[in-house]
Amino acid sequence: MTTLAKIQDLSIALPKNADREFAVENLSVDIHKGEIVCVVGESGSGKSMTASALMGLLPDELTVTSGRIMLGDLNILQQSEQQMRRIRGPRIGMIFQEPMTALNPLRTAGDQIAEMFRAHTDLKPDQQKFRALDLLKEVGIPDPELAYRAYPHELSGGQRQRVMIAMALALEPEILIADEPTTALDVTVQAQILELIRTIQQRSGMGVLFITHDFSVVSEIADRVIVMQHGSIVESGNARDVLENPQHSYTKTLIAAVPGLIPPPPRDLSRQVVAEVSSLSKTYRTGGGVFGRARRVTHAVRDANFTLTEGATVGIVGESGSGKSTLARCIVRLQSSDAGQVMFGDVDFAALQGRSLRENRHLVQMIFQDPYGSLNPRRTVGDLVTQGLVARGMKYSDALAKGQELFALVGLDPTVMDRMPHQFSGGQRQRVGIARALALEPRLLIADEAVSALDVSVQAQVLDLLVDLRDRLSLSILFITHDLRVAAQVCDRIIIMQRGEIVEQGLTADVFANPSHPYTRSLLASVPGAA
Amino acid sequence: MNVLRYFARSPAAMFGLVLLGCIIGFALFADVLYPKNPLGLAGRPLQWPDLTSRFLLGTDASGRDIAAQLVHGARTTLIMAGVSTVIAIAIGIVIGAIAGFYGGWVDNLLMRITEAFQTLPNFILLLVLVVVVGSTMTSVTLAIGVVSWPPVARLTRAEFLSLRSREFVQACRAIGLRNRWIIFREILPNALPPIIVYGSVVMALAILLESSLAFLELSDPNVASWGNLIGHGRKVLRSEWYVAAIPGGAILLTILAVNLVGQGLNDALNPRLRNR
Repeated sequence: MTTLAKIQDLSIALPKNADREFAVENLSVDIHKGEIVCVVGESGSGKSMTASALMGLLPDELTVTSGRIMLGDLNILQQSEQQMRRIRGPRIGMIFQEPMTALNPLRTAGDQIAEMFRAHTDLKPDQQKFRALDLLKEVGIPDPELAYRAYPHELSGGQRQRVMIAMALALEPEILIADEPTTALDVTVQAQILELIRTIQQRSGMGVLFITHDFSVVSEIADRVIVMQHGSIVESGNARDVLENPQHSYTKTLIAAVPGLIPPPPRDLSRQVVAEVSSLSKTYRTGGGVFGRARRVTHAVRDANFTLTEGATVGIVGESGSGKSTLARCIVRLQSSDAGQVMFGDVDFAALQGRSLRENRHLVQMIFQDPYGSLNPRRTVGDLVTQGLVARGMKYSDALAKGQELFALVGLDPTVMDRMPHQFSGGQRQRVGIARALALEPRLLIADEAVSALDVSVQAQVLDLLVDLRDRLSLSILFITHDLRVAAQVCDRIIIMQRGEIVEQGLTADVFANPSHPYTRSLLASVPGAA
Repeated sequence: MNVLRYFARSPAAMFGLVLLGCIIGFALFADVLYPKNPLGLAGRPLQWPDLTSRFLLGTDASGRDIAAQLVHGARTTLIMAGVSTVIAIAIGIVIGAIAGFYGGWVDNLLMRITEAFQTLPNFILLLVLVVVVGSTMTSVTLAIGVVSWPPVARLTRAEFLSLRSREFVQACRAIGLRNRWIIFREILPNALPPIIVYGSVVMALAILLESSLAFLELSDPNVASWGNLIGHGRKVLRSEWYVAAIPGGAILLTILAVNLVGQGLNDALNPRLRNR
């Protein structure tokens, strides 16, 4: 087996005030021809730094203290910027996580692919176009001529990622680096992109360095696996061996933290109804006006009907654009709905206005997706949790006492209440968000992708906390997610949404065992590692 | 505290702060340094600056001590600039915050009003106001504040537009906080740093506007101000140029100091620039 690149004893030092000394420590990796190497680790494990070092794109603050990266007989670390330019593209290609920001929004997709040829070869313009169209065909874009002339915003996320792959493949590099290339994509699209990378890799015999945090993706695509923690390799080996028989405890935790796809048997649920959502609809109207284009009407949510009961978790699953977040925001009244009711007893929460809305806000509370964006960076976490109580007229000392109880309830030390949000980790911040939502003693708690931004091990802890709180406080939880694995583990009932409509709902175990709608079946088939 | 440390790290910002400190010091101790009325007759008119004589910086065409006017003028100028800046920022924040937070027709209405102000050159507007209301120091200060708010409003609005859709603001709405609370206690503190920095620009412009008014002899003639001094110097500009040049230099240094402090604050408050 030919070795294409060798990373030997690589150590990269972090700036002095960082939380550890090395981003990457004594790392050795070989990339062979015709092989997909997966580097797996949680955020901060140094996996992306490894890829950047291989591309010669390390940030200025970081310095390589030892080791070398051999590409053939060149040491990448000793190449000048000019020499690196002849390596990036022709010899090493790279695809990124976010295809929207990695493409220039002002130039067409075809033009950006052709640019690879303009920069590195002396092909004539018509040949450049010919080759670019060829590549677009190869990456399986439905209408290559149309895609060639399209601007990035006119393509879907999956198509943009295909364009990125076409660019990376343009000069037939020996090595392809893929840094979380499917993390931002929907499951069905993710499955297609993984398939594409696999096929192209087998056809061309490239070596692929695939970086991911997700063990279920690893099981789909990897030949060899390298597990990283805090900048060092803790385990490496053949993909099947590592997945089926992990040696290191950290690998075991990571694999165990991936939720299984088979839901537990249904529990006995209370019949006590908390809220009844009936024919809820939300339509967006854009465009129009005197000179504008034709009015565009989007049915974000169409005629949603379901019941939420005490002590139960209902999951809403769908891909981006399915309307699941809009539905949640209409229920919590961050948006107003166009039609339909959300009945809490005899109160129609969807129809309340002004003062009466404010006074009934406590009925339903929300946990947000982004643990960094959902806490005001200029207030202490104690303030954040207690301000809802203070605003409702509770005395500050009482609110503070209640805040301390809440902190203990979500597993945080009450003495940290006077700290600022930036002093906490992502998982802890999410706990603060949960404490804030619980402060008003809601009957319905909406979790909008509440664990999607967290590392798998932290994700498991927060999910456990939610389940525990649900049982202790007999909450009704509406759990919005794109992740079927998570949904399978925590939801009692599940609602599948597609293009604003509920296509299927029922007990989770039933839906997973006998999906009746074709869309549900395609979703289940696309989950990585399902086979 | 971190902000102060980052601020202190920049030599230019510290130089500006020291300079501004000196000017404020002169303003504070004006009565000690020159206890007599600075506008009173002090000696023979148009004496050239002479470090050995009684008049360090000479006398103007009316025989008044330039040094005394300069020191007392610092007080007037700083108070005038400070108060008008506070007025401009207060009006700007309220209008910008409401426009940015509510959006829709409220935003449309407020921004059209702001544009109406912006389409008029603010010095012309200032002239009209001063001519109508009269030229006492109070009215001049108010008028400068009233013509300087539109850029502050636009800046505040832009900050609010991007902050209002952030999740922490939605979280506040979900727990039922009033809009007033969300605007002033949740969003405003996050929007403040660029506004504070822009305050230094408003302050520098206020000093210039007042001097321009005084140069046209439309400022309050009964107060010692740098602008008035320049206005008096205009008539003797070709022979005794120092009468206008000395307060001109003082204005230059003050604006430089304010701008350096503003720039330093900008760098210190903007976390992305900190590690440069």
